Amino acid sequence: MTSIAKPPVRHKSSRTNGLGLTIRDYEGAMSTLCAGCGHDSVTAALIQAAWEMDLEPHRVGKMSGIGCSSKTTAYFMKQSHGFNSVHGRMPSVTSGAAAANRALTYIGISGDGDSLSIGLGQLSHAIRRNVNMLYVLENNGVYGLTKGQFSASADIGSLSKKGEPNEQSPIDPILLALTLGATFAARSFSGDKKQLVPILKAAIAHHGFAIVDVISPCVSFNDHEGSTKSYAHTRDQSVETVIADYLPGDFVPLTREITVSDTEEEIRVVQLHDGGSVRLRATAPDYDPTNRESAYTHVRQCQQRGEIATGLLYVDEEQGREMHDMLRTVPEPLIEVPYEQLCPGRAALDALMERYR
Amino acid sequence: MSGINDFAFKMGTVNGTGSASANSLLMQAIFRMGIPVTGKNIFPSNIQGLPTWYEIRVSKDGYTARPSDVDLVVALNQSTYARDVKAVRAGGYLLYDSSWPMDAELLRDDITVLGVPFGRMCIETFEKDRDRTLLRNIAYAGALAALLNIDMTVVEGMLNEKFGKKQRLLDANHTAIRLGYDYAKANLPCPLPFHLEKMDKTSDSILMDGNTASALGAVFAGATVGAWYPITPATALMEAFKSFCEKYRVDPETKLHRYAILQAEDELAAAGIVIGAGWAGARSFTNTSGPGISLMQEFIGLAYYTDIPAVFFDVQRCGPATGMPTRTQQADLFSLAYASHGDTKHIVIFPADPRECFEMAVQAFDLAERFQTPVFVASDLDIGMNDWMVKRFEWDDSYRPDRGKVLDAEALQKIERFSRYLDVDGDGIAARTLPGVGGKGAYFVRGSGHDKHAAYTEDSDAYLELVDRLKRKIDGAANAVPAPVVTRHAGADIGLITIGSCDAAVREAADILTAQGTPVNVMRIRGFPFSDDVREFITQHGRVFVIEQNRDAQLRALLAIELGFARDSMHSILDYGGMPLTPKVVVDAVASHLVGASA
Ligand SMILES: Cc1ncc(C[n+]2csc(CCOP(=O)(O)OP(=O)(O)O)c2C)c(N)n1
Ligand code: SF4
Repeated sequence: MTSIAKPPVRHKSSRTNGLGLTIRDYEGAMSTLCAGCGHDSVTAALIQAAWEMDLEPHRVGKMSGIGCSSKTTAYFMKQSHGFNSVHGRMPSVTSGAAAANRALTYIGISGDGDSLSIGLGQLSHAIRRNVNMLYVLENNGVYGLTKGQFSASADIGSLSKKGEPNEQSPIDPILLALTLGATFAARSFSGDKKQLVPILKAAIAHHGFAIVDVISPCVSFNDHEGSTKSYAHTRDQSVETVIADYLPGDFVPLTREITVSDTEEEIRVVQLHDGGSVRLRATAPDYDPTNRESAYTHVRQCQQRGEIATGLLYVDEEQGREMHDMLRTVPEPLIEVPYEQLCPGRAALDALMERYR
Repeated sequence: MSGINDFAFKMGTVNGTGSASANSLLMQAIFRMGIPVTGKNIFPSNIQGLPTWYEIRVSKDGYTARPSDVDLVVALNQSTYARDVKAVRAGGYLLYDSSWPMDAELLRDDITVLGVPFGRMCIETFEKDRDRTLLRNIAYAGALAALLNIDMTVVEGMLNEKFGKKQRLLDANHTAIRLGYDYAKANLPCPLPFHLEKMDKTSDSILMDGNTASALGAVFAGATVGAWYPITPATALMEAFKSFCEKYRVDPETKLHRYAILQAEDELAAAGIVIGAGWAGARSFTNTSGPGISLMQEFIGLAYYTDIPAVFFDVQRCGPATGMPTRTQQADLFSLAYASHGDTKHIVIFPADPRECFEMAVQAFDLAERFQTPVFVASDLDIGMNDWMVKRFEWDDSYRPDRGKVLDAEALQKIERFSRYLDVDGDGIAARTLPGVGGKGAYFVRGSGHDKHAAYTEDSDAYLELVDRLKRKIDGAANAVPAPVVTRHAGADIGLITIGSCDAAVREAADILTAQGTPVNVMRIRGFPFSDDVREFITQHGRVFVIEQNRDAQLRALLAIELGFARDSMHSILDYGGMPLTPKVVVDAVASHLVGASA
């Protein structure tokens, strides 16, 4: 949602989704971000995705850390339960919430500062734990909220607003995620809603940890010439490696049509846990978004050429590896297990006491 | 004073050689003879090869404090002979491994030295090197059984229980115990003047360590999410929780778990996980020690400021920094009471022994949910890792968790607007909803400024309203935390105040002082913020001593700050070298203060 308030009236003509909700029902508070901030476009894409997926707002936990990006959670789905935690620590809070109540949909929003410096450990371990969540990393190469310091995703040679070059090598969240065994990794651009919305939908539907790295320019501190995270640079350099679309179990019209260019074989359909599926088409003929090694190599090669590979770069829907699968927890949320099934009771205690004699 | 069923002995061994099982065999055998017994493990922070001691105190009167005097030392570690010889009281005994000669200059005239060639006997009897090392310990247990008159049928019965069908091990252990027993019987003055005779004073008791007890409490409280990062001396708590859950919380048909244990990447994450789970409505907890508490500070502040329940078990050890990780202390009081930046204050409860660990674990979860705030259970290494003789635990099946003020969908229907931080009842506790509830129940948790509707604000008045409410809430918990335990002696004008594991030593000291003609009363504090009884106890006594295990008199300072007393109005008795407190330290300190005061 942008920073210009719109009147809260519902047009008769507004389209409703499967729950009878209009897209306005998925909006949040008025944004306090700078006009033109990439993060607001991510908000809009999230609203669109959630609406199209018929997410019940109150069954969604919106989680974030601290930073301009982390404020995003306030700007969509006002009827959802939100949690702005502390800097870099959204993954652990979400892990705990997901452990307690696995039935909710968790959408985590973080920044490149939040995720790749102070929160790098937590991000890494949420990937290892394969928490069932969407992790949106709004990546602008700088710390926005603390006014423009380089973040760990800033490319070598990228210039700060004052013209100083960044000299340290960047941490690429997609390469990191692939290395650590992430089961879903995608990259997009906040300025490309058409690409971003279906990726977000597939990520939400994915059973496990889904990271979506969104290049989301900071107009105040990192949208100048010489920045590699500016609108212009991202538009020029991004190459859509994989075109993806999410198809829900109950068919509703596609967000975008995947047209078949050469042969039918080029389209891969990956079945998702929720009954839906993603259709993927790689633009490079040999790109296989289900092969971790080749995905890694391709992303790195693009990076070396100064290009930004986008799309759903890697997906692994093999079941049985989500956090709860590994914990072997009961299917119902732990918070719904009746106390009687949790407390062994007096007779058991009396018997146990004999063991300590 | 030593005599029948009233003495202490200590083994000086090398860690990693199997002495722990021999020591606990001895302790448990005495317990099964119906005689009250206490064991303290004094061990180094490494895995193998350094000196370690185990102290066993036998007390027909049921005193469980660390002994002030040692009647018999078993010296099996050559590198500590000098220390071990010194540790024997005048008139006491030293038992050593006479396979190798002991330097004459180490010997004392005022003690009796007994030698048993444990090493040589084991080399002659057992073929494998490993057996020779491990079984030397069982051999000294056998010698002690003879010297102290431990019932061999009890000991041998325990070996049978322990090794069961493992025939080779069983035979070897029986051989080893007889090696020591028979040698001592034949060559030494068995039994010694102080020894054991069967009693019937332990049938309503158990032997358990505090970490196991806390874990059991967490199970009975209905905790479902545990997150932790390994740290001595807290580690065993989550390990015990896991094994209890495997016993009691696995669905018999599907084999699926009604619990989730997450070994986090560090304590920051562990805190985040329990806070996330607490927000989502689970009873969640973490177990840690001082360094972990340091790392959790930011998150603790978040939970405090956003009214989220979570339980933190802090098994204290010597700090600062890594300090002495395998030694006990009570030095986290400041850091728990006011954990995190800004104005904060927390509920802290202090068990004194494993039985209280069990009971207070349950109380901690109730308090956390009722007051919607972090609650700390502060035990320490002595409580957490040593086996204590305590009364059997009891359970009332009518117990139901106190979930506090939680509005479900139905309750929300009845109100016009849900305001997360609105103090309707004036107790500072606002009703919460759990994520997932529909209707008007959704709200935003944020560590930044928020008003009573949970909306973001940087307005001064809204901030004041919030932090003042939190203060009202926590102060209101003072009379909900476990009440202090007071022991009185007629005519006492001296009050001893203490906390946690110091209790046993302080109560025994009070008996000694009273018997010596200086009657004293004792109050053991069990909760922070302090209840009204604490203030009363202090004002009731002409002279007050505060006994605690830290350098800076943290408890005394908290009493002074919170209750408005002058610090100097209370005298400190501080013992912070890392060992469990002995009654003698307290008796001597009080006596010398009284002498000084009257001089
Ligand atoms: C413990 C801690 N250290 C520092 C800060 C200050 N801080 C707030 S936001 C931020 C950086 C945010 O950067 P990023 O995640 O990239 O988000 P952006 O603002 O660029 O969207 C920092 C360092 C903090 N809130 N907490
Ligand atoms: S400072 Fe940058 S990141 Fe923050 S709101 Fe403004 S444009 Fe967005």
